[in-house]
Amino acid sequence: MALEKQRFDTLILGAGGAGLNAALQLANANLKVAVVSKVFPTRSHTVAAQGGVNAALANVLPDNWHWHMFDTVKGSDYLGDQDAIEYMCREAIPTVYELEHNGVPFSRLANGKIYQRAFGGQSQDFGGEQAARTCAAADRTGHAILHTLYQQNIRAKTHFYDEYFAVDLIKDDAGMILGALVLNIATGEPLLIESKTTLLATGGCGQVFRTTSNAHINTGDGMAMVLRADLPLMDMEFFQFHPTGIAGKGMLITEGVRGEGGYLINKDGDRFMEKYAPNAKDLASRDVVARSIVTEVRDGHGCGPEADHVMLKVNHLSEDVIAKRLPGIRESAKIFAGVDPVKDPIPVFPTAHYVMGGIPTDRFGRVMPTADDDGEHLPGLYAAGECACASVHGANRLGGNSLLDILVFGRLAGHNIIDYVKENKAHRPLNEASVEASMARLGRWDAKGDGMTVSQLRNEFRKTMEDHAGVFRVEDMMAEGVEKIKQVREKLNDVRLTDHTRTFNTNRTEALELENLIDVGLAIAVSALHRKESRGAHSRPDYPKRDDAEWMKHTLYWRESDKLDYKGVRVQPLTVESFPPKERVY
Amino acid sequence: MIIQDSDLADIDRLRWQCRRGMLELDVLLEAFLEQHYEALSPRLKRHFIQFLEFPDPIIHAWCIGGESPDDDEFAELVSSIRATSVV
Repeated sequence: MALEKQRFDTLILGAGGAGLNAALQLANANLKVAVVSKVFPTRSHTVAAQGGVNAALANVLPDNWHWHMFDTVKGSDYLGDQDAIEYMCREAIPTVYELEHNGVPFSRLANGKIYQRAFGGQSQDFGGEQAARTCAAADRTGHAILHTLYQQNIRAKTHFYDEYFAVDLIKDDAGMILGALVLNIATGEPLLIESKTTLLATGGCGQVFRTTSNAHINTGDGMAMVLRADLPLMDMEFFQFHPTGIAGKGMLITEGVRGEGGYLINKDGDRFMEKYAPNAKDLASRDVVARSIVTEVRDGHGCGPEADHVMLKVNHLSEDVIAKRLPGIRESAKIFAGVDPVKDPIPVFPTAHYVMGGIPTDRFGRVMPTADDDGEHLPGLYAAGECACASVHGANRLGGNSLLDILVFGRLAGHNIIDYVKENKAHRPLNEASVEASMARLGRWDAKGDGMTVSQLRNEFRKTMEDHAGVFRVEDMMAEGVEKIKQVREKLNDVRLTDHTRTFNTNRTEALELENLIDVGLAIAVSALHRKESRGAHSRPDYPKRDDAEWMKHTLYWRESDKLDYKGVRVQPLTVESFPPKERVY
Repeated sequence: MIIQDSDLADIDRLRWQCRRGMLELDVLLEAFLEQHYEALSPRLKRHFIQFLEFPDPIIHAWCIGGESPDDDEFAELVSSIRATSVV
């Protein structure tokens, strides 16, 4: 059967906050837009973002974008690009107002203005008093935004391909992206979508680690598509871990538990944080607590039959305190850990939460294909959201800046695409060889016979990532990990599907996701091995200091030969003076 | 939403509908589907298919947040989902 083809001005892969905000700008400008999403759009991972969106509206306390910019640069441990950060913090304000006008039900003050709450890492006057910068819609901000943007896109006649899986970018010999091959999950039939412009908005990749707070859909699909198109990923070594996820499952147990008096113990019942952080103890910063937990487990003090986690003790708190101040924790622990925290401690382990790195872009969402400090963008290809790296989070992301990132850069990419399509009205000729290569890759999974199952190799891979490229990063272990992951990549050839039906074949979709996970996992492991310093979320006990002289630069990783290169951090903002690197103290 | 009898047996489709935006729901709904769906009455199977159409925060509030649906039939389904073993 001939391959079905469709043509659009813009193809957007992913229907979270970034993809939908971009799509809305485009559809409102009467461009022909296709949005491809592997799940129904309002089930994208943006829905899990409860916190809110930072914008210096100054509705509750004095604020301005320049203070927001300072906090973000400092939070990034000076690895963020200051032009992009200035742009994001300025554009935060019109972005939030536009969302409000589109119908997002932000929580309000008595005077009718948008309510703003205080979060860690927010300051007034460049490191002074606490600021209140986060706009929220109760505790369902992500859902409210996603729902509003989806409804607005339906009104604006965006064309949705729901439950379609993006397989590969299609590329011509000049390196230009012509669209993508996608797979209809319901029928198993491929579809070629040709586009003048393509935006990757496929979200994060937390599923590379065994323990993650990310939904099952977060498999780094867009990142891996970019790697396969011979383009780089940037700063992939920077991955934020939350110290207390439910062991072996990953669901977050909020920091509030330790704030209310909960504490961590090892198999001997020792309160081990006293040893690693004598003053702050269990309230030390996230990275310190996470590394302490992993150290305890590595030193043989872990709990359980596999000795692979520690315990979070809360049963010294009254049932009343747990019910009132920690709602949801008791139910979560009962369901996912099988313990009632009123009686027994909760098994916990650090859980992979957010990737700061991603597809390198400039501040307009345009993909940057080279390591040249003054390099040109790749015309027509864009990325926004967690899959992209603008880079505004640098080595560490602040709370409230992730929803902001996806919304601002989704919107700005949309605006830039409108201008691009005005100047580039025609589709470029299709490159059949690229389509055939992608079809062959897809067809490889039709092979039958004995072999490993997808879940066997996935389990091996995710455990290897956790052990060798997770929280605890020292040279020998990481080098061993890179070799092991390369072996996992070889083993992909031995994997066979157990189900060869066409319709809703989850086994096949998971095989394609596994290929993506492994490619992205290697990007993380190789990038992390070679960064010989500690900065932000990347912590190396063997190189415990930040090294600005040598390492104030972005890592770029290419899949071909697992090659690395580096480019400078953009320290010059657009209209204000640069914030020079200082020691990060809170 | 019109649900045909043939939809009740389409486990592969339902498995994909259990892919959600929140890890908690992924784990809980997939486990429920694998462990309990087959044994449900046709009436409850229909409820489950309808149930999957609710937004994630609503499903989360019902299954994990301790809230209860007003509708008795959804409440019956939610109590079965809550009792699913995922440990």
